[in-house]
Amino acid sequence: MTSWQQVPLPWKAGGLLLGLVFFAAILLVKPIGVSTQFIIFDGILWDAVDASVVVPSEESKSGFTSPNAYLDKSGGKYAKSVANPLNYGFVFVIAMMAGALLSALLRGGVPKSERAMPQVWRANFGDSVWRRYVATFIAGFLVLFGARLAGGCTSGHMMSGMMQTSLSGYMFAAGAFLAGIPLAVYLFSKED
Amino acid sequence: MNTILLAILLGAAFGFALDRVGATNPGYIIRMLNLTDLHLMKTILTGIGVASILLFGGLLLGLVDPGHLSVKTAYYGVFLGGLLLGVGFAVAGYCPGTGLTAMATGRIDAVFFVLGGLVGAGAYMLAYGGIAGTDLFTKIAGGNATLAPVAGTDYPSVLGAMSGEWLGLAIGVALIVLAWVLPARLGDGRTMSAPAE
Repeated sequence: MTSWQQVPLPWKAGGLLLGLVFFAAILLVKPIGVSTQFIIFDGILWDAVDASVVVPSEESKSGFTSPNAYLDKSGGKYAKSVANPLNYGFVFVIAMMAGALLSALLRGGVPKSERAMPQVWRANFGDSVWRRYVATFIAGFLVLFGARLAGGCTSGHMMSGMMQTSLSGYMFAAGAFLAGIPLAVYLFSKED
Repeated sequence: MNTILLAILLGAAFGFALDRVGATNPGYIIRMLNLTDLHLMKTILTGIGVASILLFGGLLLGLVDPGHLSVKTAYYGVFLGGLLLGVGFAVAGYCPGTGLTAMATGRIDAVFFVLGGLVGAGAYMLAYGGIAGTDLFTKIAGGNATLAPVAGTDYPSVLGAMSGEWLGLAIGVALIVLAWVLPARLGDGRTMSAPAE
């Protein structure tokens, strides 16, 4: 195996690859971001069961409005994306999942023993899959609630933000690591 | 239609890269955060550094359109949201992008993370009307501020009297140097000695 086929890549090669992708996104279109699309997907589901959630509007800047204050924010830009899922941000995230799947298939997929939980979780919390699933569900809730409150996530705020010298990117990264590092040190004290 | 093609190409490249650097593996993220394996931290620092050098070098050479920058607003909720995200990030070993890509690679715990994420995003969508207008959203440093002014943009800046482009280049270099000097792990005194849970 050459180093380019290793997963994870050596950090120099991996960092270069990641940096090139983040730069290419700004050069060609705009900075990478992911967490907004959780809102758009929720909006699409909500709109499917209640068509009054997103409606066309002449007065709105985006051409769409919503009785929900968040979807209606900034001239209804989220409402517009819900009405038109074939937009840049949503397609980007679908393609992102396809790209990850392709990479995983090329390395033979995720080992079966790893699919429910990583080894470091098993070492500290045992083999119960439901304990892991409930914990990740609650963690997912906190991560996306936090990302939306912050207006971005690890991709949009930390990577894209810090590379642009955004003050908000540094504030976000400070919050994420100030909470994440002590908690992980406390929770995961055993290694194998 | 052209932008949709770019979305497919850039999205696929990003997802591929996330998997290749190991970020779709929650074990690597947890071991970055508990400081027992800083490999991914070195990768991320290098990634931000490389991207920053290319971006600000490209801006100085006139090869990058400053209109493509998009600086997010700074307000108190950014820090609070970062703290909340950090808690979930540590427990799960997933963030929004790596959770979705891990799910795509066949990780089942990531499916539960994404479902929780959809509920969390939905809860925020419903809560927003009640918290909009509070001090959580009070802008800091004029809002969508960069550290120093960048030519061709009208973003406010924290430091007025220097070139944002050269500062961006310097920070890019500094992040790569930091990746270089970081040890492979920190705090090895407590390994495997603590009791379970």
